[in-house]
Amino acid sequence: MKKDALRDKVAVTGVGCCPFGENWDQSPSDMIVDAAYQAYADAGIEDPQKQIDAVFTGSIYSNKGPHECSDALKLFGKPVTMVSNYCATGTDAFRCGALSIAAGLYDTVLVVGYDKPKDRGVSGPSVMMDRVRDLPQTPAGWFALCASTYFAKYGAGREELAKIAVKNHKNGTLAPNSFLKREITVEEALSARMISWPFGLYDCAAQTDGAAAAVLTRAELAPKGSVLVKGVAVIAGPNPQKDPENDFLSWKPTGWAAAEVYAQAGITKPFEEIDVAQVHDCFTLTELLTYEDLGFIEKGAAKEHIAAGTFELAGRLPVNTDGGLKAFGHPTGATGVRMIYENVLQLRGKAGPRQVKDVSLALSHNIGGHPTACGIAILGKS
Amino acid sequence: MPGIVSYGAYVPPTRLGFAVLAGRAAKEGGPERAVAWNDEDALTMAVAAGENALRGFDRAAVDALFFASTTHPFQEKQGAALVAKALDLRRDARTTDVAGSLRAGTDALQAACDAVGAGSARRALVIASDCRLGAPGSAQEQAFGDAAVAFLIGEGDAIVTLEGSYAIADEIVDLWRSSGDPFVHSWEERFVVQEGYTPGLTEAVCGLLERIHASPGDFTKAALYAPDARSFAGAAAALKLDKKALVDPLFGRLGNAGVAFAPLLLASALESASPGERILLASYGDGAAAFAFAATPHLEKLEPRRGVAWHLARRRPVASYDRYLKARGLDAKEYGGGRDAGLSATIHFREREEDLAFAGQRCNRCAGLQFPRQRVCERCFAKDDFERVRLADRIGRVVTYTFDFFFPTPDPPTIVTILDVDGARVHLQLVDVRPEDVKIGMPVEFSFRRIHQVGGRPNYYWKGVPRA
Repeated sequence: MKKDALRDKVAVTGVGCCPFGENWDQSPSDMIVDAAYQAYADAGIEDPQKQIDAVFTGSIYSNKGPHECSDALKLFGKPVTMVSNYCATGTDAFRCGALSIAAGLYDTVLVVGYDKPKDRGVSGPSVMMDRVRDLPQTPAGWFALCASTYFAKYGAGREELAKIAVKNHKNGTLAPNSFLKREITVEEALSARMISWPFGLYDCAAQTDGAAAAVLTRAELAPKGSVLVKGVAVIAGPNPQKDPENDFLSWKPTGWAAAEVYAQAGITKPFEEIDVAQVHDCFTLTELLTYEDLGFIEKGAAKEHIAAGTFELAGRLPVNTDGGLKAFGHPTGATGVRMIYENVLQLRGKAGPRQVKDVSLALSHNIGGHPTACGIAILGKS
Repeated sequence: MPGIVSYGAYVPPTRLGFAVLAGRAAKEGGPERAVAWNDEDALTMAVAAGENALRGFDRAAVDALFFASTTHPFQEKQGAALVAKALDLRRDARTTDVAGSLRAGTDALQAACDAVGAGSARRALVIASDCRLGAPGSAQEQAFGDAAVAFLIGEGDAIVTLEGSYAIADEIVDLWRSSGDPFVHSWEERFVVQEGYTPGLTEAVCGLLERIHASPGDFTKAALYAPDARSFAGAAAALKLDKKALVDPLFGRLGNAGVAFAPLLLASALESASPGERILLASYGDGAAAFAFAATPHLEKLEPRRGVAWHLARRRPVASYDRYLKARGLDAKEYGGGRDAGLSATIHFREREEDLAFAGQRCNRCAGLQFPRQRVCERCFAKDDFERVRLADRIGRVVTYTFDFFFPTPDPPTIVTILDVDGARVHLQLVDVRPEDVKIGMPVEFSFRRIHQVGGRPNYYWKGVPRA
């Protein structure tokens, strides 16, 4: 990797995000149009047919390829690519868009992440089975596999997880487009019905429909003061369920992706340098491990930092300022782009009641699969 | 003379107390029956019994498998082929299903002894397994028990040799199950006993005694099929057998195990037999069959088996009748996943080694064990340089676990673990253990089970059970 190849070459000039939720009355196209036209307006794009050179879209539930997006937006006669990388899909679509500009191929591209899981007729994640041993459990079960080991070694427990859920529910009430706008208590979280130990209902992200979009432009063409891409990395990891070396104390791909993206962005002390972070809280424990795997804090230190409120909105490094997957909602392919949306607002100082003070560097993080992939994007001011 | 070289049994640990069956509170020490749980059926129990019979013996030496059951889940599709794959028998081992009658267990035993005696097989495996359903509220529901038993048949090193056998066929509608009907039905009990069971069994045993010039008193052990305790006593009296010779028919402990019943009592007899003893086996179903065995000095050399006594000592009482109905799919509740389009038969075909034989691989370069089989080594990245290694008879250790309440099952939570098997990591469900007893590092052995019914057919894979 050439670490300077991407930094400050690409600007995010516009972002959009439709309300996340059980959007019974909206098709994927409806949501794509809402998100993309918001991003157009935000970027000052008046004639997308002429001004958008290429489209990078991501979804894991769609089986229609890039056509669903190009047809919704009537963006024909130009390259449209679909990316699929589990929960890292949105960040990966964003990365492909950024790379295409950094390569010098295009001036302005559109990135759209979306998913419509609520058309499937099931509550919660689907139990997709196409081979006998594929899924002896559910996604909650995959991500819970670090709990027994981590709790035994570092002494954290369900209470720490509950505090993460309480924080994200609270932040969610401050984001206009979030799905769940209800504060909860630690007691509520601890007494909710069990999904997969140690995850009760409130430890699990809210699966929703949604779409988010971003317009990326060559930095020298962007207005002065635009948000710039400092780095973006998507890294594959082994399936932890068969990886012979997994210690179930962290998810490997996060550490690898962090090392690459910090090198791109020139970050050496992430906890000091990063001002706000949106991390993948598909389950509360995933967020807890991510604090450590991103190098914000030492391995095992999450318990004390949760107690100290380090990652709360008023804390030292606010995490999931819009409620995260937990409260904002998790339409898989959209999530990474929704995080970009939130970080752009934070960098511009336009995040309203959830605005973090003096944000100049913002990180977003997705981890997906079993988990088998991690995507991280770092945005900053010019 | 051909005979039994080794044996093994399988009885599910789950026990349904007659009190629970009657809707009352469980009563410790009261009568009960063995019941297969929701991830068990005639095939999974057959694999477990077969594995127990093969323990300490070379599975590659098995030339034939005879699988007997009236409750094999497929109408068309062989059970023996699947059992042979899960037991990792040779591809050219002959496989045969014997079905349709309660006598199928001993019919399979006869066929295996004939094959070995005739020299067409040196070693033959016989497995009888049944998981019969009585309609809720019926006498059968209480009388039946689920179990399997397996015998390795050979010549030269047999622990008991077959001295002779005699069988009769009889046309009688006493017990039956039509296709499409999940439940076994019976004609009036006294008719079944007076016209079917007692005369049939007596005729077969007398025919045997005449054929081998023996008398009832020559037998110090007698393993007799019987529909219930009273007819058992009646048949034993009619046959003039010494009461001390009667092998406990286990009514109120295991239950009538169908095709496996009489053979299971034979296994029970072998557990306490001594060289020189003669053992009588009599089974019933559309006629009857009787066998005489003589114990040899090899009996004392056989390592202790996971037989009937071993399994009867492992019990997990069922808490309520409702849970039994759910486990056997007899309740009206809908479970997720059942209406799925189904698993790809081609994927199943490609992954038989992993899913059924539970085979992983060892890297020839770095010697690391891994599962499932892959083209490129997880550790050293060597390509296509592996040796097949079966994991089913190894011991795994719990690396981590979770209790999944969301996975569709009638009996939540599903205990899910990552196991370390000599360096290979395997993602498996853990069963026959209470969640509070699961610990990191605990040793685990493997059991072939139904994993789900996606696609409307049973799908099989391995699960972990605590090491015995």
